[in-house]
Amino acid sequence: MSGMTMSQKILAAHAGLDHVEAGQLIEADLDLVLGNDITSPVAINEMAKFTKSGVFDKDKIALVPDHFVPNKDIKSAENCKCVREFAIKNNITNYFEVGQMGIEHALLPEQGLTLPGNLIIGADSHTCTYGAVGAFSTGIGSTDMAAGMATGKAWFKVPSAIKFNIVGKPSKWVSGKDVILHIIGMIGVDGALYKSMEFVGEGIKNLTMDDRLTIANMAIEAGGKNGIFPVDDITIEYLKEHAPGKEYKVFEADTDAQYDEEYTIDLSTLKSTVAYPHLPENTKTFDEIEDIKIDQVVIGSCTNGRIGDLRAAAEVLKGRKVAPGVRCIVIPGTQNIYLQAMEEGLLRTFIEAGAIVSTPTCGPCLGGHMGVLASKERCVSTTNRNFVGRMGAIDSEIYLASPAVAAASAATGKLSQPSELGL
Amino acid sequence: MKAAKGTVFKYGDNVDTDVIIPARYLAITDAKELSKHCMEDIDKDFVNKVKEGDVIVADRNFGCGSSREHAPLVIKTSGVSCVIAKSFARIFYRNSINIGLPIIECEEAAENINAGDVVSIDFDTGVITDETTGKSFQGQAFPPFMQKIIDSEGLINYINSKN
Repeated sequence: MSGMTMSQKILAAHAGLDHVEAGQLIEADLDLVLGNDITSPVAINEMAKFTKSGVFDKDKIALVPDHFVPNKDIKSAENCKCVREFAIKNNITNYFEVGQMGIEHALLPEQGLTLPGNLIIGADSHTCTYGAVGAFSTGIGSTDMAAGMATGKAWFKVPSAIKFNIVGKPSKWVSGKDVILHIIGMIGVDGALYKSMEFVGEGIKNLTMDDRLTIANMAIEAGGKNGIFPVDDITIEYLKEHAPGKEYKVFEADTDAQYDEEYTIDLSTLKSTVAYPHLPENTKTFDEIEDIKIDQVVIGSCTNGRIGDLRAAAEVLKGRKVAPGVRCIVIPGTQNIYLQAMEEGLLRTFIEAGAIVSTPTCGPCLGGHMGVLASKERCVSTTNRNFVGRMGAIDSEIYLASPAVAAASAATGKLSQPSELGL
Repeated sequence: MKAAKGTVFKYGDNVDTDVIIPARYLAITDAKELSKHCMEDIDKDFVNKVKEGDVIVADRNFGCGSSREHAPLVIKTSGVSCVIAKSFARIFYRNSINIGLPIIECEEAAENINAGDVVSIDFDTGVITDETTGKSFQGQAFPPFMQKIIDSEGLINYINSKN
């Protein structure tokens, strides 16, 4: 009997089993079920088909209207109303109305709702973000969400894993976004299909929680079922601040755990990395990049809307102006991040540079609102997908990058890294 | 025995959920209305040509991207009886089973079947037959647990039937 990975141990514990093997089908108890304004109405509709009524635990469901919020049109308003009424009717503890809400994957860790060792499903593909705090969390669809809300359980095929041994220390402008884009460029958009991506090694001490949340967030862009980090001093400090007094269990991989593949990622060798249209695996570094003139920059999203991201962008834009002809849209991930950015003077920096600052929303990332692209327009974006038509017109182009690269690009009007500004 | 038969629409690698059903339509909740935009950003003619029973055949990582269940739902509502691919993105795979859209992995079938061929699929055995060329391929049959969900026409019915 081989040892288990971190992910397998969490699944086994929630299935009441001592041991699980990759490929095994299990039913497991859930610690949290998440939905947003796009996926929850479908799930709520499905809930009505259950012979048993009500939710399994009003404290273990999180409903976060964030995609087309504040309501972008009448249909979005109806969807949000549906979620709101369901939350009120079922007395859902963790319903976040406009004014309290944030982008779900920025909000839930901040609110201390995602803990090490938790088993979390969310009807949003970027639910894998919470692996940053040592949880097993994965995206599912609305029917799974409905079944999860009704029964508190979900079925899983136990994943095998790829191990990423992180070593070294990144240079000044290299962030979590560059790490994960580098990895996706290396293994491809289906390189981790059905698998766990486990990020370990002495180098993780050089990655902030914001970096880790960004890396785990984009595990899905390599096809991964989940991305996960071990719990260390940085995680514990984060939890002291965001989940004071809450109990959790830490799971470590067995020393004889089996991995399908192992890679070593030396952070000291990484450079600012950009994913060209129309797949996150189309990565380039600036030695391969020619002049790409741009129309828009988006800094935000569940991938890069956290305070560390805004600090990096503001450091680049401080005392500079957004280039003529470029729209720069900054979207803090949550109300708390918004407030913190205000108190630190970051919002002033953005506004003085000629950027706009929006209330938290997924908005432009999926071509919803707050920055949809016209035909042939190009956007440098800190979001997670650059698929055809993702942010608007089907012949628009998205270049995925870190907040520092996005901010530098806003200042020059072309795809740029901070060193081009003498930084 | 469950089976499907229909004419093939063929696509390449990494057909993502944003092209299956673009996010600009996601505020629509009616499946029939949504399905008018199925495959819109990759194949504008799809909705005009698709008939009840037709089959989609694609290469690697079909359904990658978002968790939107709207993606398998619009394919099913369009009348498609089965999707065959070299591999599926995992959330799409799961969602398809949960809503009762049959999908089957078969690298050889994806390589050899042409657009416009008539294909039949036997879900019990996983055998895919290209009736136009006469070739047949062994796809991966579902584990019994997943077959039960599909036979119940989705996860909710399956859970109801267990209680």
